[in-house]
Amino acid sequence: MPKFRELVGNNKVALLFGLLCIGAIYTAQNPLTFVAAELFTRIGRNGFMVLALLIPVLAGMGLNFGIVIGAIAAQIAVFWTVYWGFTGSEGFLLCLLLSTPIAIFFGWLVGRVFNKMKGAEMIAGLVLGYFADGLYQLFFLYVIGGLIPVHNDRLIISGGIGVKNTIDLAGNLKYSLDNVPMLQIMKIALAVLFLVTLLKAILGVMKKKPPGPRCWIGLGAAPIIYALTYIPALQTFLSSDRLLLLHAVLAALGAVIAWQLWRILYNKILRPKEYSLVRPLVWIGLAAVGFFLTNIRPLEAILLSVRIPVTTYLCIIGLCFFNAALLKTRLGQNMRTVGQSQTVANAAGINVDRTRIIAMIISTLLACWGQLIYLQNIGTFSTYGAHTQVGQYAIAALLVGGASVKKATNKEAVIGVILFHTLFIVAPQAGKELFNNAQLGEYFRVFVAYGVIAVSLAMHAWKRAVSPGPKRIKT
Amino acid sequence: MQTIKKIFAKISLPHIIIVVFFLSMLAAAAPLGLSVRSLIGDTLRRWAMYGILVLAMVPAIQSGIGPNFGISLGIVGGLLGATVSIEMGLTNPWVAIIVAMLIGATIASVLGILYGLLLNKVKGSEMTVSTYVGFSVIAFMNIMWLSLPFSSGTLIWPLAGMGMRNNISIIDSFGHVFNNLFSFCLLGDKTTGIFVPTGLILVFLAACLAMWLFLRSKTGIAMSAAGENPQFTRAAGISGNKMRIIGTAISTSLGAVGIIVYAQSYGFLQLYNAPLMMGFHSVAAILIGGASTKKATIANVIIGAFLFQGMLAVALPVVNKVLPESNLPDVIRIIISNGIILFALSKSKGG
Repeated sequence: MPKFRELVGNNKVALLFGLLCIGAIYTAQNPLTFVAAELFTRIGRNGFMVLALLIPVLAGMGLNFGIVIGAIAAQIAVFWTVYWGFTGSEGFLLCLLLSTPIAIFFGWLVGRVFNKMKGAEMIAGLVLGYFADGLYQLFFLYVIGGLIPVHNDRLIISGGIGVKNTIDLAGNLKYSLDNVPMLQIMKIALAVLFLVTLLKAILGVMKKKPPGPRCWIGLGAAPIIYALTYIPALQTFLSSDRLLLLHAVLAALGAVIAWQLWRILYNKILRPKEYSLVRPLVWIGLAAVGFFLTNIRPLEAILLSVRIPVTTYLCIIGLCFFNAALLKTRLGQNMRTVGQSQTVANAAGINVDRTRIIAMIISTLLACWGQLIYLQNIGTFSTYGAHTQVGQYAIAALLVGGASVKKATNKEAVIGVILFHTLFIVAPQAGKELFNNAQLGEYFRVFVAYGVIAVSLAMHAWKRAVSPGPKRIKT
Repeated sequence: MQTIKKIFAKISLPHIIIVVFFLSMLAAAAPLGLSVRSLIGDTLRRWAMYGILVLAMVPAIQSGIGPNFGISLGIVGGLLGATVSIEMGLTNPWVAIIVAMLIGATIASVLGILYGLLLNKVKGSEMTVSTYVGFSVIAFMNIMWLSLPFSSGTLIWPLAGMGMRNNISIIDSFGHVFNNLFSFCLLGDKTTGIFVPTGLILVFLAACLAMWLFLRSKTGIAMSAAGENPQFTRAAGISGNKMRIIGTAISTSLGAVGIIVYAQSYGFLQLYNAPLMMGFHSVAAILIGGASTKKATIANVIIGAFLFQGMLAVALPVVNKVLPESNLPDVIRIIISNGIILFALSKSKGG
């Protein structure tokens, strides 16, 4: 069974933590419906941030401890948005508009700093995070109210200088993204699709090219689907913002079956060629098994008890696709080359410094958006604490999923978030059951977060010390 | 003339900023109605109190592992030594502190040797690895402080609480033993004068002297040479790896001794997350003293500890006078200490 051994060997970290999670869940004896509900909340809350770490790894800059700075950019925007009194999705959009330029600027600065410290990006990122935290405190404690006049009893410390410790987001930004209904997303997506196709068609006509069948399908489908949303049953279903996990799973299984059937149809009938039916049939079989599993009582109970915020999950899935798509672009390939060897990249005519700065800008911007998602979900903004542990926990989660300093994928990030946060949910209760002390469980999970980073960094450095020089990286 | 030029070449912008900041704070103290004498006394005390923790950086930097962010390893060793010494119920403060130091230094040197073995495997990334080894060891000890079977009333929470206290008063065991030895007040009596903790300063200077002598011994010279140029020393028949282990072990045990000296002056042992960032402060202090990540001297320690701690000792009351109940000095410390570490990193290669 060499293949099986390879599979285990490649995923040993994730497997180990999987076992640890199962053990902890078993000892904690929390109801599974509770664990599942908490877990899906936390995936929505933290998933985006963990996925923001992938691009610097690709560009060979290691684990980006500097994402703290992205989080800071988000928090500056959140403060002003709350101060100006914007609420709901309007407020969230304003946060996005405000924070994006700040995050891009910060990312550019971080990239500049990292270019001065090549090979020491991780320690530099860590120290830079602390340094930025100091400047952030200076800004929020003394500049706001001190130099910039700000008058608001709810936000400012009673003396008139400095921002309060916590800002309540309930009633202004809480759930401002989570609560966007599916219908609205769909309408926007359809409008974009329609406009883009129309634009393409017009441009085509101007270049004396008649619009092809794809174009007509796009132009026709958008209004038809839009009209369908007015069917009352569909309308009520789509106008909610949370999706029952059961429906999400069924939709996913349905999508798998449909995609595989399309592949069979495409490869066998539309464009016949050599195509093995084993793979698609196995997938369809698995989906069918999954469908039957949803009928098992305890699983069904979990699936019926969890409701996921659709928009937030769509953002996370979108980021997964972005990460994958970037690899296929010229920029993504440049980043990979830079990550493997800066000398080779330089010889190939790639501007190494510029590529690295772009990687940092993207990562910082994504981290900033990730922090916005986190804050709108959690609903209270701890002014001086919300960003401090961001890097630590996101990196620990990524590593738990089996990623390393040199290689990290979407899959590892998602698995890591699931495992790490399961451990976070059940550890205090497990500590209480095992040692009659919930604090112990709490300390244990902090230890896991630090320990997994320490071990992973040490393992990576060890490997690098044994075999120096550029290595071929499997993708 | 040459030497003056050299000195000026060494002074960089961050150092100028810190010195100017320190002096301006000191100048602002008197007009604000603060007692300059008590500020100077505070500076002296904090300088000697933190000094040994800063000194612990010297063997690490000289042996080539760079600034030892993992000094927490030594610190928890020292805290264990101190708690064991209190648990033993030694009444004589001198015996208590010496037992604490011996136990602490022993635990720390064993840990330091293991840690040195690890650092030999991760050459080129010592700083990143040591930072996280330091963090994990503190997190691990948090679990230990909750579950170790100590029973002395001064150590554990009263009334069926679990585990040990956050702050353990050591006034009844070895608190202030060094501080009060040969101590006297300069220019005035106890309330108005400059309190000089002679014993504490002597201990610090003695440790510096011992380190100075060690660096000039055969092993010390070999260690510095190995740190500076591993290839050359290998040709000379010196094992660079062994020297790095020696440097790490000495640095770690000095960390243990340093935290005990710190605690006796402070009057409390601080467990749990209190020492989490102490490594960063020590690194920042020696870098402010003019050290780089590759080279450090005793002078760097003495100057760095004085500037860094003096700045805090003076800034705290001065700023509090202007902005009452603010933690601006804390914020400034975060900015300055991390800023100087970043600056030093930008001048060196590897992490």
